[in-house]
Amino acid sequence: MERSEEYIKNERKQDWRVALQKKTKAKDRMSIERVEMSEMAPEERIKSQRLEVNSGLTKEQAILEATRCMDCVNPTCMEGCPVSINIPKFIKHIECGETLEAASVLKETSALPAVCGRVCPQELQCEQKCFYVEKLNQPAVAIGYLERFAADFERESGHVATPEMVASNGIKVAVIGSGPSGLSFAGDMAKLGYDVTVFEALHEIGGVLKYGIPEFRLPNAVVDVEIESLRRMGVKFITNYIVGQTASLDDLKADGYKAFYVGSGAGLPRFMNIPGENANGILSSNEYLTRVNLMGADSEESDTPVLRGKNVVVVGGGNTAMDSVRTAKRLGAERAMIVYRRSEEEMPARVEEVHHAKQEGVEFLTLTNPIEYIADENGRVAQMKVQKMELGEPDSSGRRRPVPVEGSEYILDCEVVVVAVGVSPNPLIPNSVEGLDVSKWGTIEVVKDKMQSSIPEMFAGGDIVRGGATVILAMGDGRKAAKNMDIYLQEKYLSKKVEL
Amino acid sequence: MNKIVEKEHFSEKIVKIVVEAPLIAKSRKPGNFVILRVGEKGERIPLTIAGANVEKGTIDLVVQKMGVSSTKVCDLEVGEYITDLVGPLGKPTEIHNLGTILCCGGGVGNAPLLPIVEAYKKAGNKVITILAARNKDLIILEDEMRKHSDELIVMTDDGSYGKKGLITEGMEEVIKREKIDECVTIGPAIMMKFCSLLTKKYEIPTVASLNSIMVDGTGMCGACRVTVGGKTKFTCVDGPEFDAHQIDFEEMMSRLGGYKQEEVDKYDQFQK
Repeated sequence: MERSEEYIKNERKQDWRVALQKKTKAKDRMSIERVEMSEMAPEERIKSQRLEVNSGLTKEQAILEATRCMDCVNPTCMEGCPVSINIPKFIKHIECGETLEAASVLKETSALPAVCGRVCPQELQCEQKCFYVEKLNQPAVAIGYLERFAADFERESGHVATPEMVASNGIKVAVIGSGPSGLSFAGDMAKLGYDVTVFEALHEIGGVLKYGIPEFRLPNAVVDVEIESLRRMGVKFITNYIVGQTASLDDLKADGYKAFYVGSGAGLPRFMNIPGENANGILSSNEYLTRVNLMGADSEESDTPVLRGKNVVVVGGGNTAMDSVRTAKRLGAERAMIVYRRSEEEMPARVEEVHHAKQEGVEFLTLTNPIEYIADENGRVAQMKVQKMELGEPDSSGRRRPVPVEGSEYILDCEVVVVAVGVSPNPLIPNSVEGLDVSKWGTIEVVKDKMQSSIPEMFAGGDIVRGGATVILAMGDGRKAAKNMDIYLQEKYLSKKVEL
Repeated sequence: MNKIVEKEHFSEKIVKIVVEAPLIAKSRKPGNFVILRVGEKGERIPLTIAGANVEKGTIDLVVQKMGVSSTKVCDLEVGEYITDLVGPLGKPTEIHNLGTILCCGGGVGNAPLLPIVEAYKKAGNKVITILAARNKDLIILEDEMRKHSDELIVMTDDGSYGKKGLITEGMEEVIKREKIDECVTIGPAIMMKFCSLLTKKYEIPTVASLNSIMVDGTGMCGACRVTVGGKTKFTCVDGPEFDAHQIDFEEMMSRLGGYKQEEVDKYDQFQK
């Protein structure tokens, strides 16, 4: 499954790749300008929660962009990819017009290419390591756009390929949580011949991809197609099932499960513990986004209500804050505001999401921090008191510490406040499994390179280990865990079988 | 999909359903609850488990028609299915042999109270149960409660059954008569608040089970937060039971109305 450097180099020497390398001169490749993805006009897209902002590349655009890729001898882009996608190989297939082949290259290592193409912070990963950025100080090859193009093309073609699979070994493994980490793990284990069952607490498969990331950024239908691919690979899914509550780990062991992967993700939204924070109308981003994305509360047909307001404030500066504030805009807020205690430069959100939010009319109140909420006579938030901040010396995170400016308090009107300042790990598994080493933050402790917990047959990854991370890092953990669980199970069960 | 195998009308607006859910029937403990959803556009709503039959693989749920979602549950007939059902959720009740327990139930709160009464009795306690409602028709599960209680007192606001008066009046009578080691209260928030104020006066440790607004029920959304002892707690994973004397009931009652207008609008739409 893992490919050595030598293997990557040899693939590059294959005839079709060599022919392509010779076909266009490096100078000509470098003279092509990076493609721009077309997007729906801001005034159109804010009319619905379910209109995707980015519209993808045309085949012509994709081929031209793929031509920019130099097919480097040392593809540094791959070092930036947490799931080690063979980037030059898939891009060169696109350049040849062989989009379906490109899609199947993606699937060698990624269970969710259409998802990654949309939500990965490519500018900080593969694209940051691109030859164009590192050596030429020019815009990177649009690897993310090309990934999305290949995955979308395959889905729309109706010829969705199933990756190469090893014959079944009959060993049952359970995955706890169906978010990006669990799905990535499930895909790899299925390929390796294991009998994989994914247990999900919610009624839908996909975890944060469904409840957290809005459809204007990642349509649920796209996620469903990727889940369908896993089903075709033999992965079983059980919804409405909480491992540790619905049945214990021991019950699952009695059912024949030999090992477990915990990708139970985030839980417990963080609040700031400031006066008035439990007033009505103040909610976590998880609640707000779940009501809208998972439960469809933006639609009249849904039974689930959602709070709307003329003035909506979202507290925080990450991708979740951007998702929440753009959702507020789509739910009809006249003023949708970000209140963030540092400056825009320190915002953890992707640059693209900040840019899209601004296009949609979101106001950014940076260097501003809430200190108190004021409710009306019905207990519903009406105003918030905020304080201006300035940046001091860098703190442990390396970012400059926000320092309150005395006497700078002022009042903002707001009928809805969404708090998006982070989450703690989900407590259900750490609370229900005896003998599991858990950190003081509630994350599961694992041996880093293996993702193996203090219980040998239990591996873990994603937010339950990291506390809070991106989709792609969670997927990388899933892959790493699959590789190491395979070794563990091979030694424990398969070699034993041989001895018998 | 979970099939409804029995249905009983306790009153016009209160329905008991028996639902196939073998795993939950086996693993549930007193105090646990489930979250269910009716229909593809349905809302996720929490309901406490009133009882279970491990052999038959069923659980009992008692639902009162309030808004769209509870009405949809109540309208399901035997043979029909609940679209999604997950559980058991929440921390179970801590049951010990303490001596004399006063169990106070109001309205549909009797349903989650029943397994707790049963468990306290089984643990060797003397159990005195007080059931209260506005009138006779709203008293539910009386026979079942009587079976597991050493003494059962019924209070109605209008005197149409049992004794006339509020639950606190019945409680005070008992408290003055004998030593109570612990009190459990489940019912409307306002009732639990006054039960709590009374037992605080007499310094009787008291547990209240809260029915907060929830979405996922696994600690993710934070809709169910409640202030207990000055700290924010999540009812779904830290509760649903808390030390009643530490609960900020005013805030809790306000939060229960957090989606009131939106719910009324949905209900009007549903009625059409």
